[in-house]
Amino acid sequence: MPKEYKTPMLDELEKGPWPSFVKEIKLAAKNSPMSNDLLGLLERSYNERIGHWKHGGIVGVMGYGGGVIGRYVDVPEDFPNISHFHTIRINQPSGWFYTSDALRTLCNIWEKRGSGLTNMHGSTGDIVFLGTKTDELEPIFSELTEAGFDLGGSGSDVRTPSCCVGPGRCEWACYDTLKLCYDITMRYQDELHRPAFPYKWKFKMSGCPNDCVASIARADISIIGTWKDDIRVDAEEIKNYDKAGMDIFNDVVLNCPAKCMKYDAKAKAIEINNDDCRHCMHCINAMPKALRPGTDTGAVVLIGSKAPIVEGALLSSVLIPFINLDDEDEREDFFDLIEEIQDVWCEEGKARERVGEFIQRVGMGNFLEAIGVEPIPEMVAYPRDNPYVFYEDYYDDEEEDE
Amino acid sequence: MALTVEQIADEMYKQVEEAAQVKKKLKPGDLTKTMIKLHEDEGVDKKMCKAAIRELVNNGRCVYTYFGGSFIEIPHKEGASND
Repeated sequence: MPKEYKTPMLDELEKGPWPSFVKEIKLAAKNSPMSNDLLGLLERSYNERIGHWKHGGIVGVMGYGGGVIGRYVDVPEDFPNISHFHTIRINQPSGWFYTSDALRTLCNIWEKRGSGLTNMHGSTGDIVFLGTKTDELEPIFSELTEAGFDLGGSGSDVRTPSCCVGPGRCEWACYDTLKLCYDITMRYQDELHRPAFPYKWKFKMSGCPNDCVASIARADISIIGTWKDDIRVDAEEIKNYDKAGMDIFNDVVLNCPAKCMKYDAKAKAIEINNDDCRHCMHCINAMPKALRPGTDTGAVVLIGSKAPIVEGALLSSVLIPFINLDDEDEREDFFDLIEEIQDVWCEEGKARERVGEFIQRVGMGNFLEAIGVEPIPEMVAYPRDNPYVFYEDYYDDEEEDE
Repeated sequence: MALTVEQIADEMYKQVEEAAQVKKKLKPGDLTKTMIKLHEDEGVDKKMCKAAIRELVNNGRCVYTYFGGSFIEIPHKEGASND
């Protein structure tokens, strides 16, 4: 008979109309002694205001340095079922497309060999299995491999690449995010499973500037779909939006950050100065039937964002303003550049320094020189703002004037 | 004479062992940099070092560990483990 824990503090978190992790742990606790002890430990931590987890260490599966995050309780005598409570990260399918069979297989493995608690998905995108014992790691890995799954990244390695649903479900995808995510995952298998970097390295791919995987805020390399030609306009659909009562001038035109749109209320027609468009997607999101991205599509590659952990948050900066990912040569150039960046970062980066922080420390100009990329005007700190690279020619001219 | 991957792995193992004696942890990058510095003339490069680390880990002589960053260590009983 499992020990019954009184959980008045946790019970508070079940109140209200929103989903509750406490409710889910309680459900799992009916069949899982690990989940039951987890409830007891959490309640204790809430009362004492002390975390009781020890994190990191040596656990993993043979040959891999990532994918398993060691976790132990510092009061194992009180909670013996969770004396080990390791987390396993599993590489999710591109765009998180599953069959129900695949999900059932994953859950069956986990109910048999772990706590039964999952996190679908972790913030990097992996399938996360929460809580198992050291002895179960190799059997879990073996069963996952048999089912066609592999572990994801953890530690100082390439973290599991993730992408939006892309052309699988979204008409705005400007390139095949799913394919690129798969290609990157396969190309960097060694870097994904065998940590060799100063710190983590994340690739994230979004099919359009809506950036549904928030790559611009979280990825060391963000690859965001865009287009080079004009926004496609369906004049009839604009009239229909107007007829349906949409306030096109206030809700669309005035919200354009570049102020590159005009609306003729009499003719019910929209005019876009595409040269000034910042590709923010606002107008397209507001009138999806009338406006669409152009047809000359590709992606912009940005570098250096991160969420705040060791240091504060950073947003990505433009590295390649436009790349056609269907072109084999351009793809290979892209991968060559990535490997060049990783080399420079591995050589000069400090321990636990993300590439964005490294760039901040050495300066973007020096960084570009080290990776052999010429600065170009598109590399700006903010759209339509000052370039952060100071051009030598500009200074030479000024000096000559003086 | 050019070094083989096995020889590089053996030398890396010694470095890991020596580091452990003074309670120091080495990262894969540290091992690679040292090996290239010592043996670049003998044809040692990043690719060979990568292969040597892979061999060390695959045959169980070394393991990856995580303590705020990823390290290569000789397998040992973990202080934090509740075994």
